[in-house]
Amino acid sequence: MTANMKVVEGSYAVAHAVMCCKPDVISAYPITPQTHIVEHLSQMVANGELDSEFLTVDSEFSALSVLVGVSACGGRCYSSTTSQGLALMYEVLYNASGMRLPLVMNVANRAMGAPLNIWNDQQDSVGARDAGWLQIYVEDVQEAVDATLQAYKIAEDENVRTPAMVCMDGFILTHVYEPVELLDRELALEFLPEFRPANILDPARPMTFGAFADPSTYTEFRYQQFEAQQKALGKIESVAQEFHETFNRYYGGLIDSYRADDAEVVIVTMGSVIGTIKDAIDAMRAEGKKVGLVKVRCYRPFPVRALRQALKDASVIAVIEKDVSIGAEAGLVTDLKSSFYNSNLRMPIIGFAAGLGGRDITVKDIRSIVERAEAARKGIESEFEFLDLRSEIL
Amino acid sequence: MKEIRLHGRGGQGSVTAAEIIAVAAFEDKRFSQAFPAFGVERRGAPVMAFARIADHPIRIRSQVYEPDYVIVQDVTLLDVVNVASGLKDDGKIIINTDRPLETLKLNTKADVVTIDATKIAMEILGRPIVNTTMLGAFCGASKEVGLESLNLAISERFKGELGRKNLLAIKTAYERVS
Repeated sequence: MTANMKVVEGSYAVAHAVMCCKPDVISAYPITPQTHIVEHLSQMVANGELDSEFLTVDSEFSALSVLVGVSACGGRCYSSTTSQGLALMYEVLYNASGMRLPLVMNVANRAMGAPLNIWNDQQDSVGARDAGWLQIYVEDVQEAVDATLQAYKIAEDENVRTPAMVCMDGFILTHVYEPVELLDRELALEFLPEFRPANILDPARPMTFGAFADPSTYTEFRYQQFEAQQKALGKIESVAQEFHETFNRYYGGLIDSYRADDAEVVIVTMGSVIGTIKDAIDAMRAEGKKVGLVKVRCYRPFPVRALRQALKDASVIAVIEKDVSIGAEAGLVTDLKSSFYNSNLRMPIIGFAAGLGGRDITVKDIRSIVERAEAARKGIESEFEFLDLRSEIL
Repeated sequence: MKEIRLHGRGGQGSVTAAEIIAVAAFEDKRFSQAFPAFGVERRGAPVMAFARIADHPIRIRSQVYEPDYVIVQDVTLLDVVNVASGLKDDGKIIINTDRPLETLKLNTKADVVTIDATKIAMEILGRPIVNTTMLGAFCGASKEVGLESLNLAISERFKGELGRKNLLAIKTAYERVS
């Protein structure tokens, strides 16, 4: 506990972090459970605490489109959304990344309809994994705050120049009250240099963004985006280190691990369920079970090398994730398996879709996953399962 | 770690009460967490909120299933919700009611504390908003948060005359159950 900690709502803490990053323009459309973040920001602008333009628009599509224009003119931008709102932005996600505009957006992760569901899972942002944005998933409010500042520094780096999503579990992190150290405004601005892109829309030096690319050049645009994400791997690590030195907080760069060194069963996951998993691991360790955790903090770019290294000694891996790729397991587990295939790692990897549409994940659930992972060491019975399935209503 | 579950109806300030517990516990130099049982908020519908207090950083984020304390803001919930579900045998349940204890149908071995918070709130606040009064009762019956810390948390949230009245409601309830 530090002297500067305060118990505040997750959404407020994140809005405060955004304020410290001094965006020139904020544009967002309110949608549960993101609403409190943008309400707080709108209030900060109205109170004169934050000297930004807050643009109210008619939809998420417009919100992100406005920011594409502002960013192309050299402005620092912020938005936040979730679920159907993110889906409505889909076309603009590709435009922003293709034009290499370093927007930062908090996704307050929520399930996708139908059926309509306002609760947390990560289907929204995992479903947008191919849109060319960086994606960082956070485990608690403090990390949401810190990753928001880090995201600007990573996204705006001249070698990266790629938009970033900071994904925080809706309700679970946006609506929780817990102790947080809010960012110091001066320190934050020292950490985050001014945004000065080399190429901007400027009448004095006319140029075009996102212009027509025919088959002779389109591949090279995609290749450069791919390369920029590879460069982001190093930048995410170095920014996490630099942040550690400045603010004395660290969550891992691309990944982090917990009691994983000698672990036989290793859980791989991302987001706010990590806290519950850590408690479950401590309880199982006390009973002599060698269980550990590897947290995927950065999902895009996917940290292949870091994961191979962190998981090389595991006997079995259980991936827990709050998304499904209907027809083909789920995002994290398929990415992990694909990144191991050309290495010599051959431990069983089983996947669990859990916490869908806000279903609670308990310590008991984690124990049951570990039991099933242990059984898989003798042979995989089921490669991918829906956790806690209620057979009585099927 | 102590776990608290609050039952109320939409509009009764259960979520606010959980937040105030978290702020007060932190004033006591303890770690805390508060969150609602996220739902589609409707006035009058049964709602829940949770709080945790511990001497170590709190990592767990699942809902509270085996609370040490249950706070019930509205006694009519007893007919529709199993408010004592999972309550620890050595725990406490604090209920806002004017009914005699023996008429309450509760399935628990835990201590039952009753207080007519609606009456206190009507007399002091002039409105049947009982969340702060119930916090006074929780503080007195559990001693899990200090009264001074609770007062600080309340003063941060409610300013001026409203703050003063809420402090008085808390004090009244605190003394009644202590």
